[in-house]
This record gives sequence, C-alpha cells and structure tokens, in this order.
Amino acid sequence: MAVETTDDRVRNTSFVFWSSSKYRTKFYEVLVLGLLFASLYWIINNVVTNLNRLGIRTGFGFLKQEAGFDIGQTLVTYNEASSYGSAVLVALLNTVLMSLLAIVFATIIGFVVGVSRLSSNWLLSRAATAYVEIFRNMPLLLQIFFWYFAVLRALPVPRQSIAFFDTIYINNRGIYAPSPVFEPGFGIVIAALVMALGVAIALRRWARVRQSRTGQPFPVLVTSLIIIIGLLLVSAAVAGFPLSWQVPALKGFNYTGGFSVIPELVAMVVALSIYHASFVAEIVRGGVLSVRRGQVEAARAMGLRPGQIMREVIVPQALRVIIPPLSNQYLNLAKSSALAAAIAYPDLMHVLGGAVLAQTGQPIEVMTIVMGTYLAISLLIALFMNWYNRRSSLVER
Amino acid sequence: MAFVASRPEPTLPAPVAAAGVLGWLRQNLFSSPINTLVTIIVLYAIYRIVDPLISWAFINAVWTGTSADACPDGHGACWAFVRARFRQIVYGDYPLDQLWRINVLYAIFAGGLVALMYPRTPGRKWVGLFMLTGFPVVAFLLLVGGVFGLRFVGTNNWGGLMLTLVVAVTAIVGSIPLGLILALGRRSEMKAIRSVSTAFIELWRGVPLIAVLFMASALFPLFTPEGVNFDKLVRTLLAFAIFSSAFMAEVFRGGLQAIPRGQYEAAKSLGIGYWKMMGYVILPQAIRHVIPALVNTCIGIFKETTLVLVIGLTDLLGVIQLGLSDTDWIGGGHIYASGYLFAGLAFWAFTFGMSRYSIHLERHSVSGKNQALQTL
Amino acid sequence: MNEAQGAAMIEIRDVHKWFGDFHVLKNINLTVAKGERIVICGPSGSGKSTLIRCINRLEAHQQGNIIVDGIELTDNLKQIDAIRSEVGMVFQDFNLFPHLTVLENLVLAPHLVRRMPRAEAEEIAMNYLGRVRIPDQANKYPGQLSGGQQQRVAIARSLCMSPKIMLFDEVTSALDPEMVKEVLDVMIGLADEGMTMLVVTHEMGFARTVANRVIFMDLGQIIEENEPRAFFEAPQHERTRNFLEQILSH
Ligand SMILES: Nc1ncnc2c1ncn2[C@@H]1O[C@H](COP(=O)(O)OP(=O)(O)O)[C@@H](O)[C@H]1O
Ligand SMILES: [Mg+2]
Repeated sequence: MAVETTDDRVRNTSFVFWSSSKYRTKFYEVLVLGLLFASLYWIINNVVTNLNRLGIRTGFGFLKQEAGFDIGQTLVTYNEASSYGSAVLVALLNTVLMSLLAIVFATIIGFVVGVSRLSSNWLLSRAATAYVEIFRNMPLLLQIFFWYFAVLRALPVPRQSIAFFDTIYINNRGIYAPSPVFEPGFGIVIAALVMALGVAIALRRWARVRQSRTGQPFPVLVTSLIIIIGLLLVSAAVAGFPLSWQVPALKGFNYTGGFSVIPELVAMVVALSIYHASFVAEIVRGGVLSVRRGQVEAARAMGLRPGQIMREVIVPQALRVIIPPLSNQYLNLAKSSALAAAIAYPDLMHVLGGAVLAQTGQPIEVMTIVMGTYLAISLLIALFMNWYNRRSSLVER
Repeated sequence: MAFVASRPEPTLPAPVAAAGVLGWLRQNLFSSPINTLVTIIVLYAIYRIVDPLISWAFINAVWTGTSADACPDGHGACWAFVRARFRQIVYGDYPLDQLWRINVLYAIFAGGLVALMYPRTPGRKWVGLFMLTGFPVVAFLLLVGGVFGLRFVGTNNWGGLMLTLVVAVTAIVGSIPLGLILALGRRSEMKAIRSVSTAFIELWRGVPLIAVLFMASALFPLFTPEGVNFDKLVRTLLAFAIFSSAFMAEVFRGGLQAIPRGQYEAAKSLGIGYWKMMGYVILPQAIRHVIPALVNTCIGIFKETTLVLVIGLTDLLGVIQLGLSDTDWIGGGHIYASGYLFAGLAFWAFTFGMSRYSIHLERHSVSGKNQALQTL
Repeated sequence: MNEAQGAAMIEIRDVHKWFGDFHVLKNINLTVAKGERIVICGPSGSGKSTLIRCINRLEAHQQGNIIVDGIELTDNLKQIDAIRSEVGMVFQDFNLFPHLTVLENLVLAPHLVRRMPRAEAEEIAMNYLGRVRIPDQANKYPGQLSGGQQQRVAIARSLCMSPKIMLFDEVTSALDPEMVKEVLDVMIGLADEGMTMLVVTHEMGFARTVANRVIFMDLGQIIEENEPRAFFEAPQHERTRNFLEQILSH
C-alpha cells in the first residue's frame, strides 16, 4: 500500500516485472482504452447512420402499444389486445416456468444418476455411466428435436389419443389431465393443511430440542406424515369431500376442460432435464468423491450408522463442493432454454426474436431486452454463488 | 511368551467366495439382498430398453427406398432416409463434380489429427503448426475456390458435416488466442484493461449463444457502414469465435490461477520481462493444467455448432432437419427418430472421442509427473 | 501377560485376509489382555494397518475368528456397531471433520451413537480437551489447528466414546518432529491409566517405555513377538534384525 503512494524509487524496484517505468504501463492502458472507445464510437456511429437511413424508429415506446398477436401458453392474462410489455412478461414467465421445471427434474435425475455411478453395484454404476456418456455428448438441440418431432409430434391425433384411466389423454397437441375444482368448504381443508404443517414444524423443533437435551431421537418424518395425512382426511370428511375433478373431454378437434400442457413445453422440459442431468450427475459424483475416504472411515470407527454418516459427514462436505458448479449448471440450463425458439415454444427468445421483432422492426431494442434479461438472470445466480461461497468456505489456517 | 515364526507362511489362494469370477460377481453384483435386487432391476430395465431398440434399429429396420412410402409406420428404423440423404449429410450442397475438394480436406484433417494424437510422429510440432496455420488457409482456398483455376463455390452451397467442421474448427482455433488474450487481460495489473476484459468476458458468458447468433444475423448489418456486407457464414463464424473466446478465457484464467505465486516471483527475481515470463514460464505450465477444461470447452463448442441451423445454415443436423421436411420423406416419428439417431451418433463419435483423448492426455501427463518425482 | 491378568480383550485366531487375490494377512494369531499395550511395527505394506482395521471391521477378514470383548466379529451389523462404539481408532491423517468445530467433532458420536444429552456430551468433551491440553481451541475449526493439535483432538474425539480399546495407526507419521512429542505424551498418559492399546508405530522409544509386547510383521505375517527389552536387545529372527538395523541406524 505504502509502496503505491509516494516514493517512485521504491515502486520501480518492486516492479521489475513490467520492465521499467510506470509510464509504459499507462501508455498501454491508454492505447487499449483508446482503441476500444474508437471502435465503439465507430459502431454506434454506423448504427445511428443506418437507423436514420432506413428510417427505423428508436426507443422503447412500443412496449406500451397493442401487440396484436396471440401466444400459445400464457401464465397471466394476455390476449391480442394486450401490450408488447405484457407479451414480454408472458414470454419471460414461460422461460422461467420451463427453466424451473427443468431444474427440478435435472437435479433429481442428476443426483440419482450421480450417486448410482458411485454404487458398489457394478451393473448400476455402469448403467449410470452409460447415461452420462450418451446424453452429455449429444447436442442439446438434437435432443430437443428428437423429443419434439420424433416423439411428441408423432403421437396420435386427438381422436386417437392415448388414454390413461380415461382421465389423462396424450396426443400430438399436448397432455390433458383433470384439473381440480374447489367447492365451497374447501377452505376447511386448506386450514387443516396449514395447521398440520404448523404442527409438523413445531414437532420438528421440539424433537430437536429434545434430542439435544436428552439425546433421544424422535421419528419426526413418519409422525409428521401421519399427522398431515390424518388431518387432511378428517377435515375433508367433515367438509364432505369438497373437491371434484374436471376431466378433459373431446370436443370438436381436441380435448377441452381440465389441465393441459403444450407439447413444446413437454419436449423442452424433457430434453433440458435429461441433458443437464448428465452434467449434474458428474457434479454430484465429483462432490461425493471429494469427501476423503478417511472421513467416512473415521465416522464408521466411531460407530455412526450409514444414514448418520451420510447426513452428518458426507452431505455437508459434498454440498460445499457441489453447489457452486451446480448453480453454474442451472445458469447454463436457463441460457440453453433459449433453444426453445427452435421448436416455437413461446419463450423470451421466440416471442421477442419472432413476432415482436417482425412487427416492430426495432432489432436493437428487442435484442437489448433479450440480452438484458438473460444477463440479469446470470447476475442473480452469480450473486448467489458469491454469497454462498463466502458463507460456506471452510475455515483454514 | 516370546514368539518367533518358524517358517514363512505360505501365500494361499483366496477362498472361492472371495476370488475369481464368482468372488467378483458376489462382491460387485450380489453383495447384499438389496444389491441383488438392484442388479435384477437394472438387468430387467436394460432388457426392456435394449431388446426393442435392437429390433427397431436392426431387425425391423428399412434399409432401402427412395421415399417415406418405403418406411411404413409400425416398422423399425428408416435407414433408407439416411442413405438417400447421405451425400448432403457429408458434403452439403457442394457441386457434385467438386466433391474431391472436400474429400482432400477430410483426408488432410483426419491425417493431421491422427499424426497429432500419436505421440511419436516425427516432426509432430510442425504438423501441429501446419494444422493451426497452414491448414485453415488451404481449407479456405479449397472450399471457396475462385483461384488456381478452382471453381468458386458460394457458402450457400456449404452444408452437412463439412459445415459443422468448418464452424467448429474456426470457432475453436479462433477462440483460443482470443481467449488467452482476454484471460491475460483479466489478470493484468492495469485496472482499465482488467475491467474491460472482465466486462467483455462476463457479457458473453451471461447470454445464450442462440441470441448471439440471432444478433449476428439480424443486427450485425446495422453495425457496419452502408455497402459493407459480410457473408452470413462469416458473421456466424465471427460471433461463434467471440462468444467461445469468453469461455476459453475462463479456462485459461483457471490455469493461470493454479500456478503458484512462487513461479511468478522466481521469474521476476530472475529479471525476466512480462511476455517472456508468460511465454516461457507461466503459460507452458498453465496450459498443461487446463487441458481437460480446454477439451471440455471444445466439446461444448462442437455440440453448439448445431445452433447455426436456427439462423438458416444447414449443418449436419440442419441437413437432416431439411431432409425430414422434404415432401418425399414426410412420415411418422420413426423417420425423424432415424435421422436424429444417425446425426446423434455422428456427433457422439466426435465428442466422445475428444473426451476420451483428453482423459488419455491427463493420464499421460500424470504419469509424466510421477516419473519426474521418481528421478528426484 | 498371562491368563491370570484377566479376560482377553481381543482374541485373533488363525485369521487370513485377501484383497482380491492378494493374500494380505496370513494366519494371524494374537491375544490381547485387558490393559495390555501392544506395539506393532514392520515395513510399509506388511499389513499392519489392515490388521488393526480388521479389529473394528473397517476391513472384513475372510478366515479365522476375531473376538473383541467377548463379541465375535461377523457380518452381523448389530455386533459390528456394538464393537465400534467400544473401540476407538486414531488415524495417521487425523480425519477430523473439517466442517465441524473441534467441540462439535467431539460431541457428534456420544450424542448420536450413545444418545447422550448434548450438554453432558459437551462437558465430557471439554474434559477430554483439557486432558489433551487444548481446551481453548474448542470453538475453532480443525483447519485452524496445527497437525499436533489436530491429532490430539482426534485422540480426544475417540476417548469421548469411553472406549475399552484404542487403536493407533501411525498417528505421529504425518507430524512435524516437534509435534510428535506432544502426541506421544498424551498416549503415554493413556497408557498410565490402564487403557488397552494397539499401536502401530515406528517410534521405538515409545515402544521401549510403554509397550508390554512388541510385534514385528512382514509380508502379512507375524514374524516375531516379544517383550520390548528382549525384542530390541536380542531379536531372534533375521528379518527383525534387518528391520531394526534399518530404522535404528539413523
Ligand atoms: N483396500 C485395499 N485394496 C487392495 N489392496 C490393499 C488395500 N489396502 C491395502 N492394500 C494392500 O495391502 C497391503 C498391506 O497394506 P497396509 O495394511 O496398509 O500396510 P501397512 O500399514 O503395514 O503399511 C499393501 O500391499 C497394500 O497395498
Ligand atoms: Mg499403514
């Protein structure tokens, strides 16, 4: 610190590596910055000239105007009369929905496969290895196409839907399942559920305190499940089972009523989950392998049970290694979800790069919104990672 | 109470239950009731997957035919489609009488790779240098033509495996030097350069490639003065290389960080300048360190070349996709599945090969390290 | 060390063990009485670690019997658990849990295995930390301690389970010379209290002063066994002599 401030001689001698003086450093710095600004200026100048020449409007004013197109999947109210702004929101929500679903499934599959790879069962670990090597080595886009064009779009037409128990129908337009209809009195059931959850949480806390005080463990999970299910059943019976199901029915060319999922979403979630699960599996495997053998041996020598060793020794240590690359993988997943545009799932990339761009003719603004949104998502995940790393890094000497 | 062994105990073979095939089976497949159950379940699952797959892909497959009619629903795979499209898959729409140009390139490429992988090739360094510098020039001249009496072939005729390799090789070869510069910039002692490099890297790492490619195709023309127009493929290659360089930069940064401070300090204390220190001391160590990550990034780039089809270029997957939408081949999902499976196998062969080679390199360098220790 | 001294704590009879096809332990016979302190030495790879790891079933033997405090080691998980909570083990590379503080390391097993109230476990833990002379480090993480301190914590961690037998596997080998003594002092203290101990070590000074018996192993076999004075002054077997020459020569 002190070296930086005043004495030039001191600074020069401690600065052998950039041959001689600090002016040389400054010179390079100014040169690079100058070049950078010059090229930026050149590009911006070109853009402005081109926009004027082509008579392209500028500004984000279009966001308030009526969009005039429909979107195939909307999580919030949206119709043709809604604004471009709402279209962006709908598209963003579609991206978020797809990514979150895929993250959940990729995590589950990835953990199962990753742990299977470490299994002492030769066949299971080989099967898990095969899974990883097959799916992570094939392009994601190809896998998306496979699930969409070769599997889902090849399903029968609605009239010949595949039916499960005459309640769930699958055809080339999507998946149709019964949706719940809440009748009056359902509030009681909800109240019971909330109460049961509250009891379960309290029970957990109590059990912890008790174990800490007496050393006696308590079967919290089983008891909680019994309480929750029991309370639900009792309250539902009291209220006269106030829930019915609206079953989808074939009307005209397709099923209506009930709950439906478009095939594009299914294809994206399946492809993203399976592809990224292969990376998650490797991350999980690496995390578990990073826990040194001796840790488990020490725990075994102390008489801890396999479950306790898992919970108290392996998981806490493995998680520290797993979570940073895992969140990075989630980030990759969210970014790769933009491939949805290739099968016309109405995500951010497809809606903005397609209809919005075509109608407004303002590529700069549209791409700014797309890039900005993905950058914001990346930034959020990066912030989380930094926070986690700071919190969880092992204390070393 | 004192005891002295009167004879060396004989080395006995392990009891049957612990050794040989039986011991192996017992230990690895049937060590406990749960393990046995798992073995049975996995065996059953494999049977349920592999058996139908074999009958679909081989026994019931259709191998010949000129349209989807040859591959009725309910049969197996439609390899007839792949055969009918095979030329496009390998060469794109390159003129028929000029295919030899691509064949020559394939031959040089394959020969070069084999020569590079085999550690005892004479003049391996020179081969490597040629593959990095001379080969791209030769490839460019041969593919584009218009000189030495070669007919000009526009990039709109390029496609298939050839285009995939062009995109992959350009992106990889272009992004390595760029990434290295960015990585050095990010670790520079000059604050402005450090910030600019960091911002540049994080910007590209934070956005999806498909958006970048989209930008290259829709936005790039706005960036250049009127009348200056780049070929769509050139724009794509540029975008690809820049995008990938951000990831390469992070790979190199990892390698640079892994070099202990002492190495820098030793070099500095010998009075070696910055560039010489980097070139002779730091980078040679760092690069050996990053080979696995480097190959992983290359694999990623190779898989992502498929994205060019989104902006209308027909790479290997694009050719398949185009063929599938041909009216002659409109048919059931099994035709799609056949096309994708074939393309998938082709990609897989490359990426799996790369990852195996990287593992081999790692093992190799590890054993080298051990030897170094042993000679100490 | 004869029958009169009391029941055998450990009885190893005709034990053989293989790793795959590799015969690691060959016809091992050893009886350890309560309160006995046995030092095992021998060249690296001779099977010392494997032998003591068989005693708490970190490794399974394939032939012969091992009986610890009257319980025979078989596949029976209950018996294995019972034996492990009575046998403490200390490793060459400490194996403290890096994500837990020193105190948490010590409390873990008594609380979860012995079902001891946390407060009581902590009291015992602090007591043992005092005995290994680092009570002020209780709330630090293992990574913040020196090697010698870590190894003493590891010993205290085993003692918290009130074991009847302690196994030590080259516990000073990974330590800097100036830290060896502080760990050996703790072990000598334990010996003075009458703990049954099996110690794999090359610290011959320790063997001379503390051990009741010294065992020399080579190639998976017990070559020689004697009381320390005789063992060091008049080794009978040629391989023992060679080995002792090598380690005492510097
Ligand atoms: N888990 C294992 N699998 C296979 N071989 C092993 C295993 N553990 C130890 N060995 C081998 O058994 C022999 C004895 O090892 P060990 O008991 O650790 O020797 P020591 O502690 O006397 O140095 C060595 O040759 C070692 O390589
Ligand atoms: Mg050992």
